[in-house]
Amino acid sequence: MSAKRIAEGGRIDRSSMLQFQWDGRSMSGHPGDTLASALLASNEKVLARSFKYHRPRGIMSCGVEESGAIVTVGEGARRDPNVKATMQELYDGLVASGQNAWPNVRQDIGSVNSLISRFLSAGFYYKTFMGLPPFETGKGTGIWMWYEKFIRKAAGMGTASREPDPDQYEHGHLFCDLLVVGGGPAGMSAALAAAEYGLEVILVEQDRELGGDLLGQQGSDVETRRSELVGALENAGVKIMTRTTAFGLYDYGTAGLLENVTDHLAKPNEFLPRHRFWTLRAAQTILATGGLERHIAFDNNDRPGVMNASAGRTYLNRYGVLAGEQVIVATNNDSAYRCALDLSSAGAEVTLLDARAKVPPRLLEMIGDQGISLMTNSAPLSAKGLNSITSLEVAGSAASGWRSKGQEDCDLLLVSGGWSPVVNLMSHRGVRPVWNAENACFVTNDIHEGIRMSGSAMGVWHTSDCEDSGTAAGEAAAKALGASTGSGRSVTASPPIGGWEMPIKPLYEVKIENRSSKALVDPQHDVTTEDIRLAHREGFVSVEHLKRYTTLGMSTDGGKMGNIIGLALMAEAMGCEIPDVGTTTFRPPYTPVSIGALRGRSVDEHFRPLRRTPMHDWNLANGATMTMAGLWHRPWYFAREGETITEAYIRETETTRKTVGLCDVTSLGKIAVQGPDATEFLNRIYTNPFAKLPIGKARYGIMLRDDGFVMDDGTTWRLSETDYFMTTTTAHAGKVMAWLEELLQTRWSDLRVHVTTVSEQWAGSAVAGPQSRAVLEACVTDPSVMSDDAFPFMGVRETTLKDDIPCRIARISFSGEMAYEVYVPSDYAPAMMDMLHQEATAVEGCLYGLEALGALRIEKGHVTGAELDGRVTIEDAGLGKMASANKSYIGSALRKRPEMVRDDRPQLVGIFPKNKSEKFNAGTILCKKEEVSGLGEGWITGVTHSPALGHWIGIGFIKGGYKAWENQQAVGADPVRSNQVEVEIVSPHMYDPTGERMYG
Amino acid sequence: MIRINCPFCGERDHSEFTYGGDASIVYPALDASEEEWHDAVYLRENIRGMQSETWHHVSGCRMWLVVQRDTVTHEIRSVRAAHEDYAKLFSDPAEEQS
Repeated sequence: MSAKRIAEGGRIDRSSMLQFQWDGRSMSGHPGDTLASALLASNEKVLARSFKYHRPRGIMSCGVEESGAIVTVGEGARRDPNVKATMQELYDGLVASGQNAWPNVRQDIGSVNSLISRFLSAGFYYKTFMGLPPFETGKGTGIWMWYEKFIRKAAGMGTASREPDPDQYEHGHLFCDLLVVGGGPAGMSAALAAAEYGLEVILVEQDRELGGDLLGQQGSDVETRRSELVGALENAGVKIMTRTTAFGLYDYGTAGLLENVTDHLAKPNEFLPRHRFWTLRAAQTILATGGLERHIAFDNNDRPGVMNASAGRTYLNRYGVLAGEQVIVATNNDSAYRCALDLSSAGAEVTLLDARAKVPPRLLEMIGDQGISLMTNSAPLSAKGLNSITSLEVAGSAASGWRSKGQEDCDLLLVSGGWSPVVNLMSHRGVRPVWNAENACFVTNDIHEGIRMSGSAMGVWHTSDCEDSGTAAGEAAAKALGASTGSGRSVTASPPIGGWEMPIKPLYEVKIENRSSKALVDPQHDVTTEDIRLAHREGFVSVEHLKRYTTLGMSTDGGKMGNIIGLALMAEAMGCEIPDVGTTTFRPPYTPVSIGALRGRSVDEHFRPLRRTPMHDWNLANGATMTMAGLWHRPWYFAREGETITEAYIRETETTRKTVGLCDVTSLGKIAVQGPDATEFLNRIYTNPFAKLPIGKARYGIMLRDDGFVMDDGTTWRLSETDYFMTTTTAHAGKVMAWLEELLQTRWSDLRVHVTTVSEQWAGSAVAGPQSRAVLEACVTDPSVMSDDAFPFMGVRETTLKDDIPCRIARISFSGEMAYEVYVPSDYAPAMMDMLHQEATAVEGCLYGLEALGALRIEKGHVTGAELDGRVTIEDAGLGKMASANKSYIGSALRKRPEMVRDDRPQLVGIFPKNKSEKFNAGTILCKKEEVSGLGEGWITGVTHSPALGHWIGIGFIKGGYKAWENQQAVGADPVRSNQVEVEIVSPHMYDPTGERMYG
Repeated sequence: MIRINCPFCGERDHSEFTYGGDASIVYPALDASEEEWHDAVYLRENIRGMQSETWHHVSGCRMWLVVQRDTVTHEIRSVRAAHEDYAKLFSDPAEEQS
């Protein structure tokens, strides 16, 4: 028996019991406990197994730097691995278990790994397997990957649930004058000072309550002071956010906050999000993020029962848990004396080891006659005991280095190797920490982008100094924002860095030459002192190489626990000082952020916006099966009773070629191009001439980019002298609009043209097929406008449908049939479709969807976004005759570059299977028959069964175009789907190549 | 997390904008030589410091803006409308952004 709950004291509610499960066993704790404090009170020693060696691990700290008690919390879909037990608040019914162990953390088969640990040193992955035969022969990689599965299984962390996350998450935005990060003495004082100057202040604290180090101190005066500060903050109107971590700082005073809303609740309200992800923008920021106590590297320094000195004190004073009865406190600085005193007065037998030769007189007086036995010039050398510490071999300082001076029994070893200010957030802003040799720590005490450090985060140690430091920072932030000082208020001076009575004695490792030891630097990733020296011997001396070779600082604590020791050992090996080794840059997040919080509500149907056409409901009511086309929901096919998709689209295609078909084409981009210079503008952006397009006519146009590649195609209708209606492909509608705006605003501001997107204002239907004119004659108010003479191919009419529905009609064809596109103002869409559908049905026409649209256009060799993918020239697309030789336009200069006009570029072709009963897929690679390998000679962009031709056909690109392949054998290779088909390369105009049907 | 002070809409988050390109490029006439177009399209200074660039307020007023931005610190010195006539109209209040 060693750790136990003491009878009174602490910030827990002993009147109430919370039941929880640990590794299948029922245990209890109190409100106010963390999972760690409750397990400690139950004297649970081994809570985890380490990453590589499966060494037993217990609680090592009481905060975010925890590298021992890493556990899995929750069950089923809510199983959350790698939770730090020190940060998990206890609630009734909590279920937690150990991880990386079988059958459990106390009896773990994997612990045999520690027997072969010399093979698992830094870089073992590469050395053990990859450098040796058979791994260096051709088959090495495969065998390596076979082994890797087992290695990964043996070394690791917890496993996440494979079920979908059942919880909700939210995103929010916050603005304030001043953000204060950290609710300890410095942070509270800073927030208070700034609020008294009238600033709008937000104070965030990762803990459940404000206080910071005050929560771990003893004495009623401490709690009095804490309550005073909290009350003053509330009165001053400071917005306090607890259980909220500022995980990153970004440009323009932006901070990322993660608010834990329900992880501490037994039965959360189902409407509450689990986490909130806040984007906060502050004019000024104060970092009062405190410091983290360092450990020291010595043999078995990771044994359960070895923890930070401040953690031992906090478990006693905050949670009422005395973590051991026979305690050794080992320190190299002043801070652990208070810890020794507190544990001693709680009834523990305490031995204090100070690595320094002399003890500060005031501290000596403080521990006085409490019965604490003090050993100077002493340090921990080797922890004994298998599953928890039973004794400590003590080192005494010798002429050079250390010597063993016997063993001391103990059940708890508390270590203080000094303090590291939490400079992580300042580091996110690109500020390099500077080594402060006097205090043996990195500090960033400069002001940067309106961000200030205060308290222990800048290396100020004493509580009262921290308060002054915070007040000074708060006042400075207020002044930076122009707040007036007010009358009679004296300005607080910021205390200097440091404040200990006697300087710290830098101490990172305790060992005796030529005696082997297992001393952990980064316990979470099992990085040992020997790994650091090995990295040095093998030349990985740069701090960035050291990190990647040994994985030092790459675990979930992000180097909070071990970085400084690693740097110190490398400095020693290199014979230089720590600043010469340098330090790695801390990156966000400070502590892990759940993926759910990052995605917020952007999940499932909210993952991206959904666009529906004004005839969406009409399509559904008329039997459409919908599909996604970009953001659009579009009709895919209109199956009749018992039809498959293939049967449906073949019928729709055949019907359209035979009588008439109707198709929702609303998703095409539509842009009003208006103004006196509209004609000139269009003439500059299209490759073909637009200067003489008559009013009442449409023209198919291609636009290029500056670099000469095709950007988009579409038809543009001239409605009047100064008014054009441009259509674009669905895929490029947004891009074309932005491009036209860019040209008019940045290059050609002299052109009097206005462009307006009218995509949502007009709903459109294609009316295609030999009976299309008959259908429209029956629908328009005045049938005479539809006559072939009055309304020839490429004609445009603004007229009315029956019931005075205004409409625009153009006689244009994507299907290759005589066809029209009809547009009405969006609200009239269902009325138009009712009318068109009734007349189409009367001539045995039908509705068709995207699948039939594709079949019709592939038969004709018409291009879409699948072909115009940004790598295609106008010649590649077979549209070279549309490039005017008599004018200049966007892209005309660069499209003639030698590489872009080579004859052997991939060009648009049609593809037939040689054996007409075979089929192939889009994405198939086209190869020479004798050379089915590599990137091939071309590719297939679209396939369909062609009802007109009676077999499968494709459209795609192949080097040189179809003429180059007239006498060559080609193969369509589809290695992923294990398909290989002999193909025939043909003209892309596979159906009605002369275009007679289009003219009706 | 840049914020851009749009002369038409006020200070907005950069997520409302899309980056255009180098605003210092003067695009040649359409009938200029291949070499001139090559230089305008492909040659860019990789500036460390203040850079003039275009941004499009695509989820706002849809105006193209010329932004002076420090590529090291993201500090924005000025924002103006790319269209000269509008730039003149709005010249004073939008000149400086801290």
